[in-house]
Amino acid sequence: MSTVVDPDAKAPEKPVRIGESRGERLRRVLSSRIASIAAIVIAALWTIPTFGLFISSIRPENDIRTSGWWNFFTDPGSFTLDTYNYVLYSDSQGGGLIVNLVNTIVITIVGVVVPVAFAAMAAYALSWIDFKGRNLLYIGIFALQVVPLQMALIPLLSFFSNGLQIGSFTIMPAWELNGVNTIVQVWVAHSIFGLPLAIFLLHNFMRELPGDVMEAARIDGASHSQIFRKVVLPLVTPALASIGIFQFLWVWNDFLVGRTFAPGAATRPLTAVLGDMAGTWGFGWTRLPAAAFVAILVPLIVFLLLQRYFVRGLLAGSVKG
Amino acid sequence: MEISALIDRFGLLAIGLVAFFAILLGLYGLAELASRRDRSRAVAFVFLAPAVLFLLVGLVYPALRTIAMSFFNKDGSEFVGLDNYVWAVSDPDALQILINTALWIVVVPALSTALGLVYAVLIDGRRGERVYKALVFLPMGISFVGASIIWKFIYQYKGSGEQIGLLNQVMVWLGLQPVNWLTQFPGNNFLLMVVLIWIEVGFATVVLSAALKGVPLEIVEAARIDGAKPSQIFWNVTVPSIRSAVVVVAVTVFIATLKLFDIVRAMTGGHYSTDVLAHNMVEQAFRLYNDGRGATMAVVLFLLVVPVVIYQVRNMRRQELEAR
Repeated sequence: MSTVVDPDAKAPEKPVRIGESRGERLRRVLSSRIASIAAIVIAALWTIPTFGLFISSIRPENDIRTSGWWNFFTDPGSFTLDTYNYVLYSDSQGGGLIVNLVNTIVITIVGVVVPVAFAAMAAYALSWIDFKGRNLLYIGIFALQVVPLQMALIPLLSFFSNGLQIGSFTIMPAWELNGVNTIVQVWVAHSIFGLPLAIFLLHNFMRELPGDVMEAARIDGASHSQIFRKVVLPLVTPALASIGIFQFLWVWNDFLVGRTFAPGAATRPLTAVLGDMAGTWGFGWTRLPAAAFVAILVPLIVFLLLQRYFVRGLLAGSVKG
Repeated sequence: MEISALIDRFGLLAIGLVAFFAILLGLYGLAELASRRDRSRAVAFVFLAPAVLFLLVGLVYPALRTIAMSFFNKDGSEFVGLDNYVWAVSDPDALQILINTALWIVVVPALSTALGLVYAVLIDGRRGERVYKALVFLPMGISFVGASIIWKFIYQYKGSGEQIGLLNQVMVWLGLQPVNWLTQFPGNNFLLMVVLIWIEVGFATVVLSAALKGVPLEIVEAARIDGAKPSQIFWNVTVPSIRSAVVVVAVTVFIATLKLFDIVRAMTGGHYSTDVLAHNMVEQAFRLYNDGRGATMAVVLFLLVVPVVIYQVRNMRRQELEAR
């Protein structure tokens, strides 16, 4: 982590050059003007799409159908929250997303807590307990990070529905979950898929902890489990936050895992419903902006509030020399 | 809609959490016992057991099984040798999928990294840098599905009447004919890529901008005093100093691109010749019920990341040697 730079550090002002001719000055001002314009254009291009969807989400259905969202500004009177009301609570087709929102929340809470907790334990063992084969195990887990989860989908699904047998010997019976309980499958799947990255990042953080502190604790007679709880966990809290946010965004925004492991109407998370709604673009497409915004809002708020931690985790995981 | 209908879900959540904390407590107790007897290996075992068990059951074993399945027919009842792979490289539709995937994994990482770098340089040290960065970074918090919906509205096409998609409205303003963008091959592939680039540029910007702050100012100053032009400084000083960050960004985006499923699913469903490996894998396995071909697609996907795995592991070992 020694190579990580504070992302918010101010770059020192460019020193003004002495003896600059007028032509040089003009060129400098001009190029900085062009740079400004380019930066503003990019920032605008990156913001307008989301903004447009937001505007669409608060326009009446008929307006969405007949005119572009930019017309909202010429006729700002047409503002409504009815679509939000409909998509969340209506019992009619395309409504009642509150159920899926709750599914998403239920899936996300466990889908974040479990892998982060297990990863913290594993990362501690991999960085501070000496045992044979430690490096090999770590490299294995590190390599698993890049294995596409598509590799696991079909067998993992059959593992849940058929159990695990070797020959005729049953190691694990079928789970036979149904209804709301299918969510358990999604919890397990997310926990598995989140582990490699979480272990890798936490290992990076934990290995950087000063060895003297560990040594001192050891001499004071603290056991590994005590060091883990009283020394290491408090020190890596910011890292736990970073990884928690990563995993939160990943689980909340996930489409494929939720769709595969909780396919029933009762258990589908919000993103899975939205993805299929967008894919078919059938009846009720005018309600998509509001529905999408229900899904987008929570992660966006979390993201904006906790951006610092997110960025820190990002840099720890990537800017390695 | 009544709240009471949701109680079972929260009940499940409560049970799940309680069970999980019970497991944690149990593990912790075991670790404590082993610690007291000073058995490091036993402690390590307890700490690692849940993660390793999950990874073995949920990733390692399934991956091996997927590889095996790729040599079998659709329901796994008959060994077919390399038939599925032959299909993957000879069937015109499958071939189109491979070509599209190749395009994606070249175009998206290259453009995301380049744009992120340009933007990071443009806003470096500028007033309001944090706001600039946050605006472009924001899409990272939006799901691929959410982003797809956002862009689907931008590409929207209406055969008659006023255009409601921004892109077609711009066409109209420019005096051109509106186009049904998502159905027009091969352009539609690039329009889908735009969505992923829109998301990944923020990531590239944040990482590269942090790396830019680490470029030693003395060298930049020295080059400037020696009379180097800004473009020369950029290519000969800045870029080499942040080379490793650039590689990391490109590799990360590359992997994300390869695994991409959501955008294709939500935008076109893989129709109009826009299908890619990761999406077709799911189609084959879960809609067409052809496990063999689905597994084959997954294995091809895996083969494409193998070089990255090797590169990463070698990189990591080198770093560990240096750290010693």
